[in-house]
Amino acid sequence: MMDRRRFLSRVTLALSGGIAVLVGAPILGFLLAPLFANEPDTYVPVADLKDLTTGDTTLVNASDPSPLPWAGQTAASALWVRRLADRGASAFQVFNVNCTHLGCPVDWRADAKLFVCPCHGGVYYADGTVAGGPPPRPLFERAWKVENGKLLVKTQRLQTAANKTG
Amino acid sequence: MRGILGPIGRWLNLRFEPEDSVLAVLRHPVPAALERPVGWWYVFGSATLAVFIVQVVTGVGLAMAYVPAPNSAYESLQFISNDATLGHVVRGIHYFGAGAMVVLVLVHMTQVFLFGSYKFPREANWMSGSLLLLATFGMAFTGQLLRWDQDAFWAIVVAAEQVSRAPFVGSFLASFVIAGQNVGGATLTRFYATHVFLIPAALFGLLGLHLYLVVKRGISEPPVAGERIDPRTYLARYKDLLGRGIPFYPDAAYRDAVVSFLAVLAIVVLAVVAGAPMLGKPPDPTIIVADPRPDWYFIGYFALLAIIPNGLESVIIIGLPTLAFLFLFALPLIRPTGERHVSRRPMAIAAVGLGLIVYGALTIVGFQSPWAPLAAKGASLPTTVLAGLDPAERNGADLFLRKSCFSCHVLDGAGGRRGPDLSNIGARRSHDQLATTILNGQGGAMPSFASALTPQELADLVAFLGSREKR
Repeated sequence: MMDRRRFLSRVTLALSGGIAVLVGAPILGFLLAPLFANEPDTYVPVADLKDLTTGDTTLVNASDPSPLPWAGQTAASALWVRRLADRGASAFQVFNVNCTHLGCPVDWRADAKLFVCPCHGGVYYADGTVAGGPPPRPLFERAWKVENGKLLVKTQRLQTAANKTG
Repeated sequence: MRGILGPIGRWLNLRFEPEDSVLAVLRHPVPAALERPVGWWYVFGSATLAVFIVQVVTGVGLAMAYVPAPNSAYESLQFISNDATLGHVVRGIHYFGAGAMVVLVLVHMTQVFLFGSYKFPREANWMSGSLLLLATFGMAFTGQLLRWDQDAFWAIVVAAEQVSRAPFVGSFLASFVIAGQNVGGATLTRFYATHVFLIPAALFGLLGLHLYLVVKRGISEPPVAGERIDPRTYLARYKDLLGRGIPFYPDAAYRDAVVSFLAVLAIVVLAVVAGAPMLGKPPDPTIIVADPRPDWYFIGYFALLAIIPNGLESVIIIGLPTLAFLFLFALPLIRPTGERHVSRRPMAIAAVGLGLIVYGALTIVGFQSPWAPLAAKGASLPTTVLAGLDPAERNGADLFLRKSCFSCHVLDGAGGRRGPDLSNIGARRSHDQLATTILNGQGGAMPSFASALTPQELADLVAFLGSREKR
């Protein structure tokens, strides 16, 4: 038989735990829900085809299709577009600017035909394969399509070693 | 004292009775040996606390003007730095205070470690302290990100990429760090709340616990060689020691005050003279010409990330900090007894010395960043290199610059340090060997330039490199 004091002690602990659950559940849901949102899955225009010369690799900007109103500059991101042919399924390669080592932005050196990362010295060939340095894999590529004379690129979450779409 | 304050003092004294609470704590006995010069070693915890208070005060001040939204943060920082009265000084104090926190916490821990003060019965003091170290690093890192410029933006991406290497939960952690799927509108407020509420709440809690333990367990007596810690006898011996002890305030506390004052003075002088660090370019993800670097105390870790061997990266990025912290945290459980004096603990000296040398070396390497190719813009070859070249060699020299060879190779003392120095390569390699290396690259370090050079360009480049001989 439980005595009165032990019973009151358990009631106190249970009610305190109840307070934690009552407040904790909505807070955790609020904080974690955005993380489980579906992968963005739309195509955004990044360039007119006439601005992309065959044989060249060009920096283009992609806009977040539905940014938060206060996102400011972070609503835009950059991509490297390599145009291989005038048309066809392999006319383009679209690369994320993020180095696959730790995400710093790679720069294209047209004369050397190399992508170079400023952080830890990762180097990639024009087709995105690793030419040297610490990157564990080629540059991440994006799905693309051509519509009405424009190049459209599929939106994507931040690509990491653990979380890759492509 | 109460005589001076008169009736007000008596009124307060009767209401608050500080004699057996606050004043008793302030005057708690400490070992009399601290009156000797050795007592000057015991000042770093208090100095850290003083700088922490400086950080809280300046942080609250900055939060009054800082706008934690991606479309305004950069402008509000420029306002604080350039327009607000004394804004650059307050930002400067917070910046140098952050560096001082990292340094002082580490110095404090090193002193406690070398004095063997983490041993019985003060294990929990050390363990709470190692959690405070973690919180201090967390504050330093999140604080750098609130300096919402280009470096901060890319540092967030790098942070997300790092945590994504964690097994099983990596992807989730990466999304958690950036508060969504990409660095965007939600990311900065996440870091702001973490830096201003979340970690400080943990810090205050841990600090309360740490100070409680410092007073409860008492300040350790200076170690004596040959005097081993034995849990069966130590408590009685220490109690006896305190019976002949001196009050912490003011007999020992004045030294804390001296060093705390000097630390804060140094921070304020640096803030006034050097000021807050300049903001970098705006955090625009479309400006990809960037050179992201963390603040100086994290440069050594940044260097480590560049030089770890391929394939071991995920293990080292996640495993090394985790293991290092767990070892630090559990240290007093591994070595709770035995000798305290450093002259009987050669491994302790070796550990501290090795740690300092390794991290110091990593820091120096990090600042030099020899693995990073030089920027192509604004580079030029030394005039000694261009002297006496025939037309083909001259063209080769131009190609050496244009094709970014110079970004990774030194000629006559100038150039990138990533690849070998080529000042004397003509004496060591035949033309055929040079051509083969340029075309095929070399073992994951040097790219192949087969697609970037015409046969004539290759011939000129080889002619130029072949002429590189020290006379």
